[in-house]
Amino acid sequence: MGLETAENKGTKKEKRQLLTSKNSKTLLLTTMVLPGAIWFFLLRYVPMAGIVLAFKNYKVYTKKPTFWNNLIHSKWVGFKNFEFLFKTTDSRIYIRNTLVYNICWIILGLVVSVAFAIILNELTKKFLAKFYQTLMFFPYFLSWVVASYFVLAFLDPTRGLIDNYLISHGKDAIDWYNQAGYWPVILTLCNVWKNTGYSTILYLAAITGIDPTLYEAAEIDGAGKWQQIKNITLPAIRPMISILLIMNVGKIFNSDFGLFFTVPMNSGSLFSTTQVIDTYIYRVMTATNNIGMSTAGSIMQNLVGFVFIVVANRIVRKIDEDSSLF
Amino acid sequence: MDVTVMQDAIPVNKKRRMNKVSIPVEILFHLIMIAFCLLCIVPFVFVVVISFTAQESIRSIGYSFTPLAYSLDAYNYILKLGTQLWRSYFNSFFITAVGTFFSMLVTIMYSYALFRTDFKFRGFFNFFCFFTMLFGGGLAPTYVMCKTVLGLSDSYAAIIIPMLLNPFNIIVMRTFFITSIPRELIDAAFIDGSGEYSTLFRIIIPISKPGIATVSLLTALAYWNEWFIPMLYVRDAKFIPLQYLLMQMQTKVDFLVKNSGVIGAEASSIMSSLPADSLKMALVVLIVVPIAFAYPFFQKYIISGLTIGSVKG
Repeated sequence: MGLETAENKGTKKEKRQLLTSKNSKTLLLTTMVLPGAIWFFLLRYVPMAGIVLAFKNYKVYTKKPTFWNNLIHSKWVGFKNFEFLFKTTDSRIYIRNTLVYNICWIILGLVVSVAFAIILNELTKKFLAKFYQTLMFFPYFLSWVVASYFVLAFLDPTRGLIDNYLISHGKDAIDWYNQAGYWPVILTLCNVWKNTGYSTILYLAAITGIDPTLYEAAEIDGAGKWQQIKNITLPAIRPMISILLIMNVGKIFNSDFGLFFTVPMNSGSLFSTTQVIDTYIYRVMTATNNIGMSTAGSIMQNLVGFVFIVVANRIVRKIDEDSSLF
Repeated sequence: MDVTVMQDAIPVNKKRRMNKVSIPVEILFHLIMIAFCLLCIVPFVFVVVISFTAQESIRSIGYSFTPLAYSLDAYNYILKLGTQLWRSYFNSFFITAVGTFFSMLVTIMYSYALFRTDFKFRGFFNFFCFFTMLFGGGLAPTYVMCKTVLGLSDSYAAIIIPMLLNPFNIIVMRTFFITSIPRELIDAAFIDGSGEYSTLFRIIIPISKPGIATVSLLTALAYWNEWFIPMLYVRDAKFIPLQYLLMQMQTKVDFLVKNSGVIGAEASSIMSSLPADSLKMALVVLIVVPIAFAYPFFQKYIISGLTIGSVKG
């Protein structure tokens, strides 16, 4: 008798446990995402509401300068901020710089890093290939602030290595930080220097994943090295190339702020070749305190990026269904 | 019969460089690689040399790989008047350590819940996280929000919180969970009466060490190299990390002395004898050295994280 009730109690308890455990599981898992979700809400979603700033002439409301007061007391200006963004003489320059640098670097980066990955894969001494790979990965770990001092060591107008060499060989020193014409080359070098190691490693990972028997079969069929690269290696890494290409094209209206801000040492006379949209947005915000126009710039950046990523993906999907990102 | 012939043939062929590029081409490949690798590390070596160069040598022949005289002046100065410098060095380490710890805690919990297919709100929180990769408010609204509404300024939190989470890291972490943790393990833990949190912290985390190492290293690297967030939110010299200190020294070398607590005549005498050029480079060396020594050992984790992130992202 006593035994039976105990058993009954047990099954009831188990049933209740199962029911509550389902709810408590959802509850507990929700508490796990909560800290992150709150962070996303406060630092990513609430600022999205700040998009209204692009349509306002944001002024600090002096009586009680909280965000909401500022917002409410700022005047609506419609699309004026966007108009100004395009009407200034600067706008042609920074839009051109952003696009031209990005297009050139996407192509250059692709060619150089695929070539390097193929080279590293062909080397017979694997420990040397590993060694090269490690060395060329080094710049990836450094910040642009650090890199700007590396550049300064070579280009400093009074102490720099290059100018001292020029002077000691009877030539005129070049005022690098005031001569805009040199900077497309300098910035391109910096970009290759910092990012090649990283993208080479990505492509190398894709290449080492290729089935080696494919190459053996090609060799037996009499295919030369060049034909193997054309017919086996490149097709095999095509998905990786497409993915990176789509992602880079999606970022075509973004630029590496650190590179363009720190490496030219914030020098005003270089703006014609070093001003890009990100530095422009930052400078508009900090120098002229024009929050509305800076926001308008960010929105434009977002929209263009979104359109580009969709278009690029569609083009890739037309050419090769499997290589598209979504 | 054919098969055995093939099997014999392949090792023999391998011995005479089967399917390898010819030797001259391989030598050319080595030369290209050596040239590029030199380009990657020579600037750092150069900066190290400059940091040990005597000021007179810099004055007469500029920066050089073969200076006229070496000296430890720059490092002596750092030891002597380095109040601000050591403070910033400490800040860099502190921000990196604390930031990485909290970032990992939140990232792991978030990505673990997304990994659980039986989590009811999985779809919603998945979207909630990844949408931020496609669209954002931009610099100015984020800055205004953080500054005025969240009150982030002049504290360690103002540097740590804005970069606490990164959807990319959540993708990498979740992918690690998906590929390395069998679903049965979670069921088994549940049957044994393990609660959700104890399953995560006692079972899942100990077996996901490689994945956690990868994401922690990416996070730590991001914190160590950050200078933009401090530039936005920090004015008080007490909190600035080394990277931002270096950034400010691009324009003002005297920044170090101004904030070192030395005043008056002493400060101006220090200023006049400051080995300004080698000092800056010595600071660069101090920032890079921890990374230069550590990265060859942890690069394999970083690589696995980056490859996963780029493929799945």
